[in-house]
Amino acid sequence: MTLRDHAIRYGFIVLLFGLVAYFSIAADGFVSPQSAVFIFQSVAITGVLALGVTATLVVGGFDLSIGSVATSAMMAAAYVMVVLEQNALVAVVVCLLIGAIVGLINGWLIVYMRVPDLLATLGMMFLLVGLQRIPTEGRSIATGMTMPDGSVANGKFSDAFLALGRHRFDFFIPNLIPVSVVVLLVLAVLIWFFLEYTRFGRMMYAVGSNERAAELAGAPVKAYKIWAYVISGVFASIGGILLAARLGRGDIASGNNLLLDAVAAALIGYAVLGAAKPNAFGTAIGALFVGILLQGLTMMNAPYYTQDFIKGVVLVVALVFTFALSGRGRR
Amino acid sequence: MVGNAVFRVEGLRKSFGHNEVLGGVSLELHAGEVTVLMGANGAGKSTLVKIISGVYERGGGTMVLADQDFAPKTPAEAIRAGVVTVHQNINDGVVADLDVATNLTLDRLSGSGAPTLFNPMRVRREAKAVADRMGLAIDLKARVSDLSLADRQMVAIARALAHKPKVLILDEPTSSLSSAEADRLFALIDRLREQGVAILYISHRMSDIRRLADRIVSMRDGIISGIFDKKPLDYEGAVNAMLGRKIHLDRIVVRDSANAVFKIDGLRIAQGARPISLTLGDGEVVAITGLVGVGKTALAETLFGVRQPLAGTMTLNGRPYAPETAGEAIAAGVFLVAKDRGENGIVGGFNIQENISLPFHKRMSRFAVLKRRLERATARRQIEELGIVCRSEKDEMSELSGGNQQKVMVARWMAQHARLFILDEPFQGVDISARRDIAAKLRASANGRATLLFVTELDEALETADRILVMSEQTIVGEHRNADVDLDRLLAEVAGGPLHSAA
Repeated sequence: MTLRDHAIRYGFIVLLFGLVAYFSIAADGFVSPQSAVFIFQSVAITGVLALGVTATLVVGGFDLSIGSVATSAMMAAAYVMVVLEQNALVAVVVCLLIGAIVGLINGWLIVYMRVPDLLATLGMMFLLVGLQRIPTEGRSIATGMTMPDGSVANGKFSDAFLALGRHRFDFFIPNLIPVSVVVLLVLAVLIWFFLEYTRFGRMMYAVGSNERAAELAGAPVKAYKIWAYVISGVFASIGGILLAARLGRGDIASGNNLLLDAVAAALIGYAVLGAAKPNAFGTAIGALFVGILLQGLTMMNAPYYTQDFIKGVVLVVALVFTFALSGRGRR
Repeated sequence: MVGNAVFRVEGLRKSFGHNEVLGGVSLELHAGEVTVLMGANGAGKSTLVKIISGVYERGGGTMVLADQDFAPKTPAEAIRAGVVTVHQNINDGVVADLDVATNLTLDRLSGSGAPTLFNPMRVRREAKAVADRMGLAIDLKARVSDLSLADRQMVAIARALAHKPKVLILDEPTSSLSSAEADRLFALIDRLREQGVAILYISHRMSDIRRLADRIVSMRDGIISGIFDKKPLDYEGAVNAMLGRKIHLDRIVVRDSANAVFKIDGLRIAQGARPISLTLGDGEVVAITGLVGVGKTALAETLFGVRQPLAGTMTLNGRPYAPETAGEAIAAGVFLVAKDRGENGIVGGFNIQENISLPFHKRMSRFAVLKRRLERATARRQIEELGIVCRSEKDEMSELSGGNQQKVMVARWMAQHARLFILDEPFQGVDISARRDIAAKLRASANGRATLLFVTELDEALETADRILVMSEQTIVGEHRNADVDLDRLLAEVAGGPLHSAA
């Protein structure tokens, strides 16, 4: 392997370690279990969404609706518990169902109605952003709110549900790791194993690389594509559950950045280990990379409004890595 | 004859890298004459057309148009000089979202001297003039996307003719037209011929060629392999010159099979086509040959479940066989090495090992988890078996030569036992040694299955098959045991006409 190959393969990992080393020296308190956990926690929800969108990228598609699926799930969870006064389990099931159904509709639009993936999911995004406001006439959902018909919603977020956002597991240090981080790690391992080691994951890559060849090798290409969108929708709704549990209310103003952050993480993932293709490991590293960078800069007192700019720079650099430097991107 | 040639090409050469595509082509076109250019895939026809129309730069040689040197650097330059090309893909010649009138005058919208403002009245007036000259009866206000293919084709040609060309090149213009639609095109071509345009007509369809040709030029392996201009035209000779016929060094030992493995009964693959019936035996290698566009790929895809037949039945090992998807065909033991590996075979993101295992994931996994060790062992075995030249089973496909890529495609489907093994143009873009390797491997492993090859080149059929079937007009028209083949009869069948005695 030439130096160039090494640069492409390990460049991003080296950059990640360099960043950690730099912040360790420059920012006080960067190296601590609490700080590490905070980084993971800050990227947990975007990370889950990013892992889902990776599945659609693998089959050569794209899902722009993930952000709005997550916020819709959040609103639905709040509505189910606060207005309908149901328990945590019902709320979670409703959220997952919303994710799966939206995924199915996305897949159906793309595969059977032949709407281009970007447009279909863009339309779905719009639809959901509007839909989630209708039941409460555009208001956020919290205990004690007044409903459109004048009644007062008396339900509240159940403790079990809130625990998803607030409980912390002991890990050497008591009360260290939040549930959301555990969910992120479990889902990351699951989707990584699924994509890399099962025949379904392998065929999804084949569909993304050469659909016709996959079809002539006997694969039900349409089903694979639809499943990819279902995975993406369900992951996004899990992100929405975590968001609702963290906030403890159905806040119509939150979750604006989820889509862009998640997509950025997945695209940064292309550059990790010179994969030049969507991959779960890369996506997780990509999310982490953004988290570390922002945490470090925040601790060094960089103003909050520079965050999006920095994420954008990282994304552009990663894309150059993928498409210009590695020969595989050129195909 | 040399005197009245409007357009003359001499010693034209072109190479892509080390690959010489044109090795000194000389060609003349005469005013008021239709010259048909025939050639198999890869013979260099489209390269020749692209050089003449200014898309590619030539590697050497001269072109003369009306006694003046002709060296277009861009397609626009060629058009201005009077050499107009209508490309095979109809939609390249028209803008689907605009109306007919705008399409007909599209080339006047840009370039120096074009008015800044778009004047619909003037456009319609100019378009009407163009349409009238051509005898084009199409509503000028219609959107091109609403027109039939034939009408679009007419618009594309009319648009080309608005430049009043001296030379018109038509690249397989009838490939997506019905016969009634083609008749309209032929009438138009007759008209242009009378007006003194020199026409170069590229086609495989014998019916077109019989209808139109004043001269036939055959091309093979980048050179002109035959020119036929004596009436009556020698169509079989032209086909022969195009497909070639070399002396084979290693004649094969023909086997006859008693055990029928696969049967087709009354299969119809196209509207109005005669039904196909055939039987394939155990251990037998059968080649179906015929020109491009006679339905070889359609038949291959029908057998593989990708296409549904209009009528007829198939039997595999005595049981009815009617696959609705490729997956069902594979499960039944019918495998297809599809033609055009880049498009239909190779998964670019996968290495050799992953490409080989692609159709058989299910058989290579437990609880949906791929057995990687088995996958690697299979790949190594297949690399060994077919003599694929590579560093390891982890090599990228793009690092392999064309011949080795094709070997991987064949290796993919030979990794498991097939009952019926179909190969569609398996030797396309494959060097001679790889071709020999693949053919030898196919014959050596033929026992226990039926093998069916679809090839355009006669040589390939003669080199590999026990039996040769000839296809024409979506059906089988002839059968030959590959020992003392009556080549005249075979060529006549390929050419699709009655056998006429060679004078």
